[in-house]
Amino acid sequence: MKALLRILTSAVLAFGLAYQVSATPVDTYQFKNEANQVHAMQLARSLRCPQCQNQDIVDSASPVAKDLRMEVYKMVDAGKSDSEIIEFMTSRYGEFVLYKPRLETKTYILWLGPVALLLFGALVAFIFIRKQRGHADKPAELSAEDQQQLAELLKQHK
Amino acid sequence: MKKLILFIPLVLFLVMGIFLYRGLYLNPQQLDSALEGKPVPEFRLSKLEDAKVMISNHDLKGQVYIMNVWATWCPSCKYEHPYLLQLAQQKLVPIYGINYRDQRGMAVQELTRQGDPYSLNIFDPDGKLGLDLGVYGAPESFIVDHNGIIRFRYAGPIDMRVWNETIYPLVKQLQQEAATAQQGNATEGTAS
Repeated sequence: MKALLRILTSAVLAFGLAYQVSATPVDTYQFKNEANQVHAMQLARSLRCPQCQNQDIVDSASPVAKDLRMEVYKMVDAGKSDSEIIEFMTSRYGEFVLYKPRLETKTYILWLGPVALLLFGALVAFIFIRKQRGHADKPAELSAEDQQQLAELLKQHK
Repeated sequence: MKKLILFIPLVLFLVMGIFLYRGLYLNPQQLDSALEGKPVPEFRLSKLEDAKVMISNHDLKGQVYIMNVWATWCPSCKYEHPYLLQLAQQKLVPIYGINYRDQRGMAVQELTRQGDPYSLNIFDPDGKLGLDLGVYGAPESFIVDHNGIIRFRYAGPIDMRVWNETIYPLVKQLQQEAATAQQGNATEGTAS
């Protein structure tokens, strides 16, 4: 048991370390201060690499991603605002570079679709439940014919 | 009426199904260029063959042209090269080369060995112009109209099919636009 635990812990540690190593690109960029660095990294993580497509520009080793993150670092250090930097990126590479698309006419269905579906589902459920309950509340009505049949059945089983 | 309501989930499912099915056949590598409809970005870079000669975007204006982003390290550019040479011989439209993130010596050597299809070659060693153009790989080709507006971006090598089906029809259309614009200007000139 103990051995198993030890193997598990070391595996977790190894994966953890590997993840940390892969997540740190080797860039020789000197930030003016640490706050800028943290902020620039955060911003760069929200931008998608246009070449590799499934990585953000910090993770990717492609030359374009390197250019783009250097550009982000420089612009953050130069005191540019986030919206200016995002504008710079989207004016060149399009909305595609944003992991989180902006809320606009084109993306309404993307942002509001799930909410609409949820509301629709809730509405259907609500109507369904109300109907069920309505049926249960009503006393059972039997026609004269039914009544007669019932009486006969009860007689037989006496 | 009630029966119809029961079909709503099926309809929703079909609509989503069609949507997703179409998505299967989209090419994720073919991104829309954000620059279509915008002017060629400002640049000032040296000529590939001569570091002392500077070229800016004002040197390119006035006619329909193709900008082709290429590099010696790019295998698809090598594949595309012979076809570009053929096109250059036909003199249908000027092709300007943008030598992207490359070494000057190697690029010049490549052109002397394989032939040079470019009317002019712009040297962009650190990809600055490439970045402004939104280039994410080579080769990429931009079709620019007579006002210096980028009208179309094609990512990938140009071959006979791409040329005949996509690029040449647009080039012809733009050249016609340029010709009518020029005629318009000429008649305006004589009238005033």
